[in-house]
Amino acid sequence: MIKVLLFAHLREKVGVEELTLIENEGIKVKDLKSWLTKNYDLQSLNQVMTAVNEEFVTDEDIVNAGDIVAFIPPVSGG
Amino acid sequence: MGQSLFNVVDTPIVVEEVSDKVKSRNAGAITIFIGTVRELTKEKRTLYLEYQAYVPMAVKMLSQIGEEIEQKWPNAKTAITHRIGKLEISDIAVVIAVSSPHRKAAYEANEYAIERIKQIVPIWKKEFWEDGTMWIGDQLENTPYPDGKPNKEKC
Repeated sequence: MIKVLLFAHLREKVGVEELTLIENEGIKVKDLKSWLTKNYDLQSLNQVMTAVNEEFVTDEDIVNAGDIVAFIPPVSGG
Repeated sequence: MGQSLFNVVDTPIVVEEVSDKVKSRNAGAITIFIGTVRELTKEKRTLYLEYQAYVPMAVKMLSQIGEEIEQKWPNAKTAITHRIGKLEISDIAVVIAVSSPHRKAAYEANEYAIERIKQIVPIWKKEFWEDGTMWIGDQLENTPYPDGKPNKEKC
C-alpha cells in the first residue's frame, strides 16, 4: 500500500487530498505518474516533481510499500 | 512554536519574533526580508491569495536552506517563517531574517534564501481575481525539471 498526497491544482482536479493505492508498489515514479494520468484524467505530470517520504526523488526511483509519495507542482511560495 | 528557526504558520507573522531568533553577540548585521501580497500582477488585480503547503516537508526544506546558507556563509544564522491560508493584499506571506558578523553576507544570504524558497519549498499560491482563480507555479520560469526533481543547488 502506498499513500499519494496531492496539492494545488492536482488536489482540485482529483477532488481529494490523498489517495491510497494498493496495486502500485515496486514501480518507478514515472510509471506511477502515467498510471495516475490515465486513471484520474490528469493533463500531465511532466512538470510535477515527486517526493517520497519528504525527500525529492527522480522519475527513475522506485516506490515501495509503505511509502508516502507527494506530487509537487512547480512551487510558488515567498 | 516560538523557538524553532523554521516555521510554517496559519496566523499573522510578527516580524520581530523572526528577527529576534537570529540575534547574536557576534552579529554585526541582521537583514530582514518581508514578502507581502501584491495587488497588481501584469495589470491583473488580485483580490486575495490562498497559500497551501506540504507542511512537514516545507519545514524540512526551509531548514535545508538554512544549512546551505551556513555552508556558503559561515557564521550566518537564518530564521524563516512562511504563512499559509487566506491572505489579503499587503499581508505578510514570508519573513526571512539572517544575521552575520558582516553586512555583505547577511544581504547575500537573505537573497539566496528567497530564491531557494521559490525552487524547493513545497508551498503554492492561488490567486483570486474578479474573473477567476489560478494556482501559480514556476515563478522563475524554469523549464520542466528533466529528471523530475530540482537541481541540488542552483542559483
